[in-house]
Amino acid sequence: MSVEVKPPAQQESAPRPRLERGARIPGPVAIGVDARRFFNLTRTLAVTEFKLRFFGSALGYLWQLMRPLMLFGVLYVVFTHVLKFKSDAAFYPVALLSGVVIFTFLSESTGTAVTCLVDRENLVRKVQFPRLVVPLSVTMTAMMNLVLNLGVVLIFLLASGGSVRLSWLELPLLIVVLGLLAAGLSTLLSALYVRYRDIRPVWEVLLQIFFYATPIFYTLDLVNNQTIERLMLANPLAAIIQQFRHAVIDPSHPNLVAAAGGWLYVIPPVAVLTLLVVGGYRYFDREAPLIAEDL
Amino acid sequence: MPTTRATAAVAVDRVSKTFRVPTEKVHTLKETALHPFRRRAFNEFVALRDVSFDVAHGEFLGIVGRNGSGKSTLLKCMAGIYRVDSGDIYVDGRLSAFIELGVGFNMDLPARDNVLINGTMLGLTPREARRRYDSVIDFAELREFEQLKIKNYSSGMLVRLAFAVMIHVDAEILLVDEVLAVGDAAFQQKCFDEFYRLRDENRTVILVTHDMSAVERFCDRAVLFEKGDVVREGEPQRVGMDYLELNFGRPEASPVDPGDPARSGDGEAEIVEAWFEDHDGARASMLELGRPCAFAARVRFAAAADHPVFAVSVENAAHDTVFGASTEWQEGGTGHFDAGEEAVFRVRFDNVLAPGRYEATPAVAQRGSGSKLMDRRQRLASIVVSGTHSSGALLELPFDAAVERAGQPAEAES
Repeated sequence: MSVEVKPPAQQESAPRPRLERGARIPGPVAIGVDARRFFNLTRTLAVTEFKLRFFGSALGYLWQLMRPLMLFGVLYVVFTHVLKFKSDAAFYPVALLSGVVIFTFLSESTGTAVTCLVDRENLVRKVQFPRLVVPLSVTMTAMMNLVLNLGVVLIFLLASGGSVRLSWLELPLLIVVLGLLAAGLSTLLSALYVRYRDIRPVWEVLLQIFFYATPIFYTLDLVNNQTIERLMLANPLAAIIQQFRHAVIDPSHPNLVAAAGGWLYVIPPVAVLTLLVVGGYRYFDREAPLIAEDL
Repeated sequence: MPTTRATAAVAVDRVSKTFRVPTEKVHTLKETALHPFRRRAFNEFVALRDVSFDVAHGEFLGIVGRNGSGKSTLLKCMAGIYRVDSGDIYVDGRLSAFIELGVGFNMDLPARDNVLINGTMLGLTPREARRRYDSVIDFAELREFEQLKIKNYSSGMLVRLAFAVMIHVDAEILLVDEVLAVGDAAFQQKCFDEFYRLRDENRTVILVTHDMSAVERFCDRAVLFEKGDVVREGEPQRVGMDYLELNFGRPEASPVDPGDPARSGDGEAEIVEAWFEDHDGARASMLELGRPCAFAARVRFAAAADHPVFAVSVENAAHDTVFGASTEWQEGGTGHFDAGEEAVFRVRFDNVLAPGRYEATPAVAQRGSGSKLMDRRQRLASIVVSGTHSSGALLELPFDAAVERAGQPAEAES
């Protein structure tokens, strides 16, 4: 046998030159510095989710539309034919449908958002990306649906004799405000759920309460009590629906300011919305670095 | 190794990370509401303890360590997935981490969508991801399965797709966690080629793996983790040996146990201990393939003996005897030993044993044809042979291979 004798390995710690350092990395963050990456990620996740909803079912989008339509149908039959509920509101069926569509958006987006961080665990634990992308992509998917469903509402409106009006231009603004509301709730709920797993049933119950506390299948003027009306309008969802009915369906629905009885009373819903958005973000931001470990 | 800039690609500075594992996880509001002030009991698990090291630009660093030694935690800290408790991590350049292949893959979508999602997650813009799609699918050799939902892919195909995406995310610094053992042999070769290419392109790669041969093959330097500490840093081969030693343990003194069933003999001599030695003559539990080494046994004689015969046989893990040595035919015999005297029997050989675990059975016998055993201790010493290549044979004999042309091909007849 030939023996090849190598000198013993001798590289315990060859002195390495001191190196300068690059940028300090901050660890996991909620938003991060790269706004484009943030947007791209949110969009990619949202679009994928949206596509997936329609995969594997023949009727695709129709099913998506079916839920609010079914709810609308049931409510409509129950209230107008069984209970003989008489509403003198203009285009009551369309007003009802719009309420249902808007509420469905909120309940769907927040309902999915509650568990979204946990559902996307494999992403959160395996890739570095701004954490806020996850709940916001859920909101974005729901908004795509919302836009389609609102299209149906408009078709219904025109079919029932409504007309295209200039005030429809408020629609994008209303959708944005609605999106903010959903996003604020979603960030808050998703971050809370990482810590407290019973947020989900709690939120389901709260959504039920909101369904009745918000003028969805009734209109605000039926309440007939200024104080209660104002109280109800402190709910941003109620404020949005009210303004939507005024701007889109028919001007005979009082606008938000009129319904609340003055500009002063518009402050509560705005304040609640701001609080949800800011508070939701701040809480999420605080929790963001730990989400990957706490899951 | 190549240092193109004086800035560290990644600098880890006294990083510590402790996980607090609650003994009872408080998961519900009710529990919090009922016991708002109860101190929650935590088990602290220190994953990283004051870890520091630098990685230069263009360096290929291997991080090795046993399960739970903190290497993956460190990778996640470097990737920005975990927050460090103390210390800092500095990064110079675009960094991509591949903790797992195919993150964000959705089984219900075809390859294209998944490449776009995965690429975007890993840091490409959607436009870049679209532009690279063709090259990704060609690299993965999945062109004909492009339209298939990936849930219908075999696991090998999935991994190929994921690896292809990873290769196309051109980060300056890559953090890679255990993804080398992928695909069939042909694809694996392709992966290795890619790693060589990354090396040649002077990319910085930090590779976390259990596969020592990969570390020795690619890495310029390696870091060994044990219980959250860097226990060794340096040349891959050396670190690799330490790693294997950690895995298989230090050589243990073999205690003498007279009632041992693995023992036979009349007791006139006793094999006290046996061990292997490396090329430096130091006791070892690990031997490198191709190096000189030795087996040794210490024998104490209870009664005087003339020219006793010392022998050893070495078995591999399948209990095939692969090597035997004896003093039986040695000219002149082994000499006379008095009662109470001790002898050390040593067999030097070049280590041609294929990588794996071996056990040695030493024996001492009276001289003579009957081979009257004085002591024989089955599998008294064990050794692990490490090596970067294995032909699959029992032995790795040194050889020269030559190919010669046997005569020139006949010139075209004219």
